[in-house]
Amino acid sequence: MSDTVLSVRDLRVVFETRRGTLTAIDGVSFDIARGEILGVVGESGAGKSVTGSAVIGLIDPPGRIAGGEIRLRGERIDNLTPEKMRRVRGRRIGMIFQDPLTSLDPLYRVGEQIVETIRTHTDLSAKAARARAIDLLTEVGIPAPERRIDGYPHEFSGGMRQRVVIALALAAEPELIIADEPTTALDVSVQAQVITLLKRLCRERGTAVMLVTHDMGVIAEAADRVAVMYSGRVAEIGPVESVVRAPHHPYARGLMGAIPTLSDTAERLTQIPGAMPRLTAIPPGCAFNPRCPNVFGRCRAERPEPLPVDRTRVACHLYDERGEAA
Amino acid sequence: MSAGAYVEVEDLRRVFDVSKPWLNRVIERAPRQTLKAVDGVGFTIRRGETFALVGESGSGKSTVARMVVGLLPPSAGEVRIADISMTDPRQAAARRRLRARIQMIFQDPYASMNPRWRVGAIIAEPIRAFNLIQGEAAIRERVGELLRLVGLHPDDARKYPHEFSGGQRQRVAIARALASQAEFLVGDEPTSALDVSVQAQILNLMRDLQDRLGLTYLFISHNLAVVRHMATRIGVMYLGRLVEVGDKATIFGRPRHPYTRMLLDAVPDLAHIGRARTPVSGEIPNPIDPPSGCTFNPRCPHANNRCRAEVPKLIDGVACHAVEEGRLGA
Ligand SMILES: Nc1ncnc2c1ncn2[C@@H]1O[C@H](COP(=O)(O)OP(=O)(O)OP(=O)(O)O)[C@@H](O)[C@H]1O
Ligand SMILES: Nc1ncnc2c1ncn2[C@@H]1O[C@H](COP(=O)(O)OP(=O)(O)OP(=O)(O)O)[C@@H](O)[C@H]1O
Ligand code: SF4
Ligand SMILES: [Mg+2]
Ligand SMILES: [Mg+2]
Repeated sequence: MSDTVLSVRDLRVVFETRRGTLTAIDGVSFDIARGEILGVVGESGAGKSVTGSAVIGLIDPPGRIAGGEIRLRGERIDNLTPEKMRRVRGRRIGMIFQDPLTSLDPLYRVGEQIVETIRTHTDLSAKAARARAIDLLTEVGIPAPERRIDGYPHEFSGGMRQRVVIALALAAEPELIIADEPTTALDVSVQAQVITLLKRLCRERGTAVMLVTHDMGVIAEAADRVAVMYSGRVAEIGPVESVVRAPHHPYARGLMGAIPTLSDTAERLTQIPGAMPRLTAIPPGCAFNPRCPNVFGRCRAERPEPLPVDRTRVACHLYDERGEAA
Repeated sequence: MSAGAYVEVEDLRRVFDVSKPWLNRVIERAPRQTLKAVDGVGFTIRRGETFALVGESGSGKSTVARMVVGLLPPSAGEVRIADISMTDPRQAAARRRLRARIQMIFQDPYASMNPRWRVGAIIAEPIRAFNLIQGEAAIRERVGELLRLVGLHPDDARKYPHEFSGGQRQRVAIARALASQAEFLVGDEPTSALDVSVQAQILNLMRDLQDRLGLTYLFISHNLAVVRHMATRIGVMYLGRLVEVGDKATIFGRPRHPYTRMLLDAVPDLAHIGRARTPVSGEIPNPIDPPSGCTFNPRCPHANNRCRAEVPKLIDGVACHAVEEGRLGA
C-alpha cells in the first residue's frame, strides 16, 4: 500500500436549511501522505473547517455528508456508526482547534486529561500513562512538566495551552492530525514556536497533518502541499512552491497578490473585486467567474474540473485539455 | 512644536487598577495591583504620513490610540494634535473643534455601529453632531458622495449594517470617519478581522484616500507585513514601552532592537517557503509583574546585569543597553 494516510474523493457536504439545501462542500478531493502537511487556505466561508469536520466525522445536523468518500489508510470512515467514528477520532485522528479551551476541560488538571486520553486508547497502567504524559509535555516544550502536569488549563498562557492541546492530540499517537487555525489566536513569536513544533512532530512521527489557516505565511513556512479552496471547491492544489510562487488559478493568483509580504515593494496590492458568493447564490459554471479577470463564455456555463497543470491540479477553463495558459 | 509635527506624544503613561474587589483584598490580604499599560511613550507624526504601532498582544497599542484620540485620559504625559493639547483643560474649546477632525476606525466595525440605524444615518451622525452641513438634502448628498468615495453606492445609505459584508462595513466605517472632514484617522487593527482579499481592498482604499485628501494616519496592527505596506514610520512596542522607532527602511532593513529583530524573524512570510523560523524563547511576561530593568531581558540573548537593573532610554530611536554600548553588530 502506498503512503497515503488520508484520501478524500468528491466530498459533498450539505446543510438543510429553511431556504433549501445549501451545498457547502461540492466535490472536494485531496490526499495527504505520511509525514506530510497539507495546508488548506481560502477566504472565510470557503469550506475549510467543514472539510476538516467531515474528515473527523463531526458534521452535525442540519449538515450531512451527501456524497463522496473519505478513507483513512484505505478504509472508509465516512459511513461509520457514530460509536465507531468516536473511536477513530482520538485514537487515529487527533484534533487541534483555534481556541485551546474548546479542547481542554477547565475543571480538570491538564495531566488528568492527557492520561485519560492515553488510557482510553492504550493498555498503559495509570503510572505508565502519567510518565508518558510527562514525556509528551516535554516533547511539546512545556517547561517543568513534572510540575505543570498538575496545573489547570487557566494556569497556562495561550501559547502554552495550545502546546498542551497538541500534546493531547498526540497522546494516542494518531496517524492524522486535523489542525484548524491552530495558531490564529497566538502572537507571532508564540505562533512560530507552535508551528515549528508541529512541523518537527510531523517529521519525526510521520503523522499526516491537515493544517487549515487563513495565514498564507504559516502555510508557506509549514506546508508541503497546499489546497486553495473557494466556494466549497478546490481551485488549485499542489506543492507549496508552485501554488504560492507561481499559482495558476486566477483566484489563487489574486489571493497571493493581495497578501502584503515583508519583501514586497508594490505600491498597491492586487485587488480581487467583490466578495465570495454566499452559499445561497453560488453562480453557475465556475464559482469564481463574477470576480475573475480572465472570465470567458464557457466559465459562466460549465463547471471546471481539476486537471493536472505542471505540478499542480487546477480547476479553471483557462487550462483545459489543451493544457495551456491564456 | 517641532517642524512639521502634526501629532506630538510625550511621555504618555496609563496605569490601570487591576486589583481584586475591596472585600477580596481584605479577606485574602491581597495588595492593590496596578498595571502599567503604557509606560512613557513618545513619538511624533508628521502631516500626511502614516505612523504605525506594532507589537504583540497586550503591548499597549490600543491604549496609546485611545489616549491619542482622547477616548481615555492619560495617567501622565501629553498629546498635542495640530498644536492643540488633548489634555490641557484651558484648551477645551479648541479641542472640541479639533475633535471633528480626528476619527477612529476599529477592528470590528459592527461593534461601533448602531444596528438599528440605516447606514445613511450612521454616516451622517458626525455631520449632525458637529453641525457641519445644514439641511437634509445637503446631508443626503454628502452621504452619497462619501459612499461613492469608499467604493459603495449612494443607494446603500438605505441599508442596515447587517446587510453588508465585513469589508463593506469597514468601508462604511471609513465613510463615517471621513464625514466629519477628518484629517487624522486612527485605525486600530482596521483590517485584522478581514479576509486577505478584502484587506487588500481596504488597504488600497486607505492609501488612495490619503493621497487624495492628504490624511494623516496612526495605524495599528500586529501584522508586520501589513505595517510594512502602509507605514512611513514605525514604532515597535513591548510591554507598554516603545523599544524602537524609525522609518520603514530602517525598521525592516536594519532593525536594531533585539525584540524588533526577533519579531521580524518570527513573522511567517510568503517569501519564506519552507524556511524554519528562528526559534523564539519565552512569551510576553505578565504585565502586572513585569521584569525589572529592560522588560525584554528574560527573552533577550544579549541581556546582562545592567539590562536586569536599569530601564533603557530611547536613544536615537532605540531603547537597548546592548545597542547603546555597541555590543550589538549593526
Ligand atoms: N451549521 C451550519 N449551517 C449552515 N451553514 C453552515 C454551517 N456550518 C458552516 N456552514 C456554511 O458552510 C460554509 C463553509 O464554512 P466553513 O466554516 O467551512 O468556512 P471556513 O473556510 O472554515 O471559514 P473561516 O475561515 O471563516 O473559518 C459557509 O458558507 C458556512 O456559512
Ligand atoms: N480597561 C483596562 N483595565 C485593565 N487593564 C487594561 C485595560 N485596558 C487595557 N488593559 C491592559 O493593558 C495592556 C495593554 O492593552 P492594549 O489593549 O493597549 O494592548 P494592545 O497592544 O492593543 O493588544 P492587542 O494586540 O491584543 O489589541 C494589556 O495588558 C491589557 O490587559
Ligand atoms: S474558470 Fe474562468 S472564471 Fe473561473 S477562474 Fe478560470 S478563467 Fe476565471
Ligand atoms: Mg473555519
Ligand atoms: Mg489592541
